[in-house]
Amino acid sequence: MSQRRVARWPDQVFFVIVILVAFLVIALAFAIVAILLYNSQQSFRVFGWAFLWSTTWDPNKQIYGALPFVVGTLLTSTIALLIALPLSLGSAIFITTVAPRWLRAPLGTAIELLAAIPSVIYGFWGIWVVHVYMDTTVDPALQKYLGWTGAFSGTYTGFGVLTASIILAVMIVPTISAISRDTLAAVPAAQKEAALSLGATNWEMTRVAMIPYSRLGIVGGIILGLGRAIGETMAVLMVIGSSDRLPTSLLGNGSTISTLIASELLSNNGPLQISAILECGLVLLLISLSVNVVARLLVWRITKSAGGAVA
Amino acid sequence: MKFDHFARRKLKSHVVTVLAGLTVVAVLYPLIDIIYTAFVHGGAVLFQLMFLTSRNPTPCSAISCATVGIAPDIEGTVAMVGIAALISVPIGVLAAIFASEYRTRGIGRVVSFTADVLSGVPSILMGAFIYGYLVLVNPSLIETAYTGGVALAAIMIPIVTRTTEEALRTVPNSTREAAIALGISKWKMTLRIVLTSALPGVVTGVLLGVMRAAGEAAPLIVTVGFSNLPINSVSTLNGPAGSLPVLIYLFAQSPYSNWLSLAWGAVLFLLIAVLIVNVLSRYMIHRLSAKMAGAG
Repeated sequence: MSQRRVARWPDQVFFVIVILVAFLVIALAFAIVAILLYNSQQSFRVFGWAFLWSTTWDPNKQIYGALPFVVGTLLTSTIALLIALPLSLGSAIFITTVAPRWLRAPLGTAIELLAAIPSVIYGFWGIWVVHVYMDTTVDPALQKYLGWTGAFSGTYTGFGVLTASIILAVMIVPTISAISRDTLAAVPAAQKEAALSLGATNWEMTRVAMIPYSRLGIVGGIILGLGRAIGETMAVLMVIGSSDRLPTSLLGNGSTISTLIASELLSNNGPLQISAILECGLVLLLISLSVNVVARLLVWRITKSAGGAVA
Repeated sequence: MKFDHFARRKLKSHVVTVLAGLTVVAVLYPLIDIIYTAFVHGGAVLFQLMFLTSRNPTPCSAISCATVGIAPDIEGTVAMVGIAALISVPIGVLAAIFASEYRTRGIGRVVSFTADVLSGVPSILMGAFIYGYLVLVNPSLIETAYTGGVALAAIMIPIVTRTTEEALRTVPNSTREAAIALGISKWKMTLRIVLTSALPGVVTGVLLGVMRAAGEAAPLIVTVGFSNLPINSVSTLNGPAGSLPVLIYLFAQSPYSNWLSLAWGAVLFLLIAVLIVNVLSRYMIHRLSAKMAGAG
């Protein structure tokens, strides 16, 4: 019986190619950190750690501090999250527990399509639709009824921190909603039937049997949505009415780290400004990496345990 | 009394149902409004003759002004996304093969995790990263279409890696075992059988990545800038180039009426392209997974 041996070396060559490319992907992640770190050196030497809490950003005097942009980033994404959260959870609950079966997939797809629309189109829509509505209706009303809180003081133009946050909210709803929907849909039928057999209404079943079961997945979705809001650039850039100072009012202008990079990196004010901008970029990278790693770990843990968990 | 209590609970449940329904309306309203306004303002522009094949117009505000077309921007987008695809598709597919087919080595998991985390890196930072690299290495390459293509490739690599890996995973193990049993070598099996069976899924993933890159403006405004010159030879890629998203950004608040209508036309064009590709690829993925489930 003759047995033809298959040569082993092509397999080994293929394995080497594949593993080298795989390491390239890992190297890309490290290269991003390394390049931003290396470019930040000059700015770090001049301003030290005070860069992080200094509020002055003045290209004319070559003084740079990151705080206005860090605050702008955290402020817009937090407000966006507060707006997006009830909308995402509400829509996820509606799709998984209320909507008739034939409507579920189309509704889910429609919401996910919101995530496919390019950021610059949201910005365009923000300028020509949301901005007008904010300027004529929302901003004056907020100032009239909530002006006493101080958060809505000053002049308004319809552009600004709040407008940017609202558009961000629309953009992150699909992320949170889709993941919440998937984890809610993964709740075992036995769990739901147990609640129903005890006489629970539809809402009680959702609240008692479904939300606690999928809580980790929902939290993962929220953090992923937050990560998306933190790094979003074009839509925010187009409606936030850029300013290099700390925002004083939600109706006033602001800036985020990403809008700073987009608007000033090519402005040619010398190497120190480039270095300071890229140091801001490094701060943004660290924030978004930590947010993403936490979210991915949560979502991974759930998808891994979902198969094994039996109610 | 008991009945009243139950009625109250029923009522509460109904109220929550209605509220949840309202959130769906609130969430879908922007989608409908974006499509609606784009058609209202961009419809007449997009469907006029030569819009896709003519140059950008000179600025002009009279009613008689011509809107002309967005050809240089389509060319720029196609060129840069093409460069990005040439770089990212081989890298993404091979990395995915490693992650899916050589999983026992443990590093496979690290690769998929890295790709996952990379896909969460803000696109503006991919632009800033490429810019920061070229500042150190070769500043003359900044503001060229080549650089824009590389920045878009950095965005596409994690997307292609993850979608390809998922497509490879839908290939049942019995297929691999059957191939091995017939005495085929591993690399031939991976490329000719596993990758070929997963091909529709891979193509869908690449298409989604391409559309994502085609809609990105942020990395381009820090690496390419903008130009309204046509791209008619390879050497023009060595300078700034136009692109649809950057055109939309720059002309969004233009005081010139013809530039503004040009931007509306570009918005509608990009929106239609993105939505069609997304709906079709979702349909394809759905059909594929149904087929796989049937076969398995």
